[in-house]
Amino acid sequence: MDNFEKFGQMALAVVLFVGVMGAILLLVGRARRRVDIWQSLAFVLPALLLLGVGLIYPAIRTMYQSLFDRTTDEFLGLDNFTEIFTNSDMLIVLRNTAIWVIVTPIVATFIGLVYAVLVDRSRVEAFAKAVIFLPMAISLVGASIIWRYVYEYRPDQQNIDQVGLLNQLLVWVGLEPRHFLVDSPWNTLFLIVVMIWVQAGFAMTVLSAAIKAIPSDITEAAQLDGLTGVRMFRYITVPSIRPALIVVLTTISIGTLKVFDIVRTMTGGQFDTSVVANEFYTQGFQLGDTGLASALAVLLFILVIPIVAYNVRQLRKADLR
Amino acid sequence: MTAAIPTPALQEELATVEPATITGRTRKRLTSRWASLFALVIAVLWTIPTFGLLLTSLRPEMDIRTSGWWTWFSDPQLTLANYDEVLYGGTSLSTYFVNSIVITIPSVVIPVSIACLASYAFAWMKFPMRDTLFVAVFALQIVPLQVALIPLLRLFVDADLNGTFWPLWISHTIFALPLAIFLLHNFFREVPGELMEAARVDGAGHVTIFLRIMLPLVTPAIAAFAIFQFLWVWNDLLVAITMATGAQEIQPLTARLAELSGSRGSTWHLLSAGAFVSIVVPVIVFVFLQRYFVRGLLAGSVKG
Repeated sequence: MDNFEKFGQMALAVVLFVGVMGAILLLVGRARRRVDIWQSLAFVLPALLLLGVGLIYPAIRTMYQSLFDRTTDEFLGLDNFTEIFTNSDMLIVLRNTAIWVIVTPIVATFIGLVYAVLVDRSRVEAFAKAVIFLPMAISLVGASIIWRYVYEYRPDQQNIDQVGLLNQLLVWVGLEPRHFLVDSPWNTLFLIVVMIWVQAGFAMTVLSAAIKAIPSDITEAAQLDGLTGVRMFRYITVPSIRPALIVVLTTISIGTLKVFDIVRTMTGGQFDTSVVANEFYTQGFQLGDTGLASALAVLLFILVIPIVAYNVRQLRKADLR
Repeated sequence: MTAAIPTPALQEELATVEPATITGRTRKRLTSRWASLFALVIAVLWTIPTFGLLLTSLRPEMDIRTSGWWTWFSDPQLTLANYDEVLYGGTSLSTYFVNSIVITIPSVVIPVSIACLASYAFAWMKFPMRDTLFVAVFALQIVPLQVALIPLLRLFVDADLNGTFWPLWISHTIFALPLAIFLLHNFFREVPGELMEAARVDGAGHVTIFLRIMLPLVTPAIAAFAIFQFLWVWNDLLVAITMATGAQEIQPLTARLAELSGSRGSTWHLLSAGAFVSIVVPVIVFVFLQRYFVRGLLAGSVKG
């Protein structure tokens, strides 16, 4: 397939699609009698069909497959889940996922919050915020490559110079260079740094908006009472933006729970760095164990539900929109 | 730390500064030296890694192999050779760049259009079980992609669509719909009902109202979502490598880069240039459409 053919296919797909949509609208528009039910069906049916066939059916099918063996032939009951919670490799995967989900939201939110407060209403605010926000635009694959270069390791020999910044810093202060991505269990933390680097921008943006929404009479009153600096932050800023803080924490948790790209690109899940979402891919698409992969996907689903439910409730309260 | 009590000097200063907003916010310096230092350290930490790789991508291959990017300042040499090689050499990233574009555009146009229709119906049409269905669609947002991927791929294989762009387009469309419908519904809902009533009295049907009145009014919301979806698809790795497994021909940049990072982990002259080939599009979008971009990203942050 050459490029010309690819663009041709793309154009065809878009034209075909626009044609179908146009036909639907035309038919509905020409209907003499306003039978609302048919018009409504024409409007919602494309979406409902796609969701039913492409999301609801596969989700149910995955739950079903999670109770079967690798080829969905033999019924195993909950054996796949038992394996996830007993197999020593899987326990490392669960441990890593737990570390990711605890560390990332807290650190990213903390950095985002402090930064938002520090640059708030400063002269360089817009620029300072753009600097932190930019990693959000980059793909996680790109971010992983950027950081892999920071961690790059060269053997510690006379005529070999380090090319990774972090190892060069170690050498400059007189320490031995390290395999940051290989030495377990610390390597997981070095992967988490990448996620924090990406998510802090999100935290900073939401929290900055929340800080600006604090009524000025509150801050002015506090200032008249002599509150400044850290105490202002502790007693006025943080309590005022509590709902936004919770939304940020839970949102980052959900994203982190499903993190896949970073582990895939940086270590491929080797050296004890795998997490649930990465193990799902490894089991399902590389090792062909549909049963275990489905069980991992279901586990991910179960873990996400309480956080999302909590998040939605807080979102309603915070009314960020 | 400066005192907050309005001393005459401060008041004089305030008088000369124009309030930035109605509440009379004034631009001020960071509160203290330590605070400035801390902010500066974060800003530097957030920039250096990207800057280092960018500079690396522009250095000659031999220099990259033997020394770190910081040595560039004592021996400044720039070249575009790495970009030339990574785009048109053995890794032929230019092909994957085209793939990314071909995958992304329909994956934005199709879900946005379908979602517009559906969310208009959920907002302004009357049909049985409307609210139940809407809540169901809303709830689907929480389903992680992983839960759907294996059976969905099976469906595409059975339909003999494997190896074409269709699995990618359709999957991205499906995964975008719950969030898109939810967001756009909120915006459609905000349009004043009197506008609808007036149009109805004039004899306009749903199609006319939708096309002539609603769409123009919610264009900013549609733009914000479209940009979010564009970046989501462009940056996606999971859907790409599952729906295009083994089909090199149709894989996007991210899939190829992740593979390069695994198989040729230390060819940094290719990896660095490759990374920036994939980064350049989102960054351009970011720079030119920052407002929509931030709004879209914030609204869609739960997706995945």
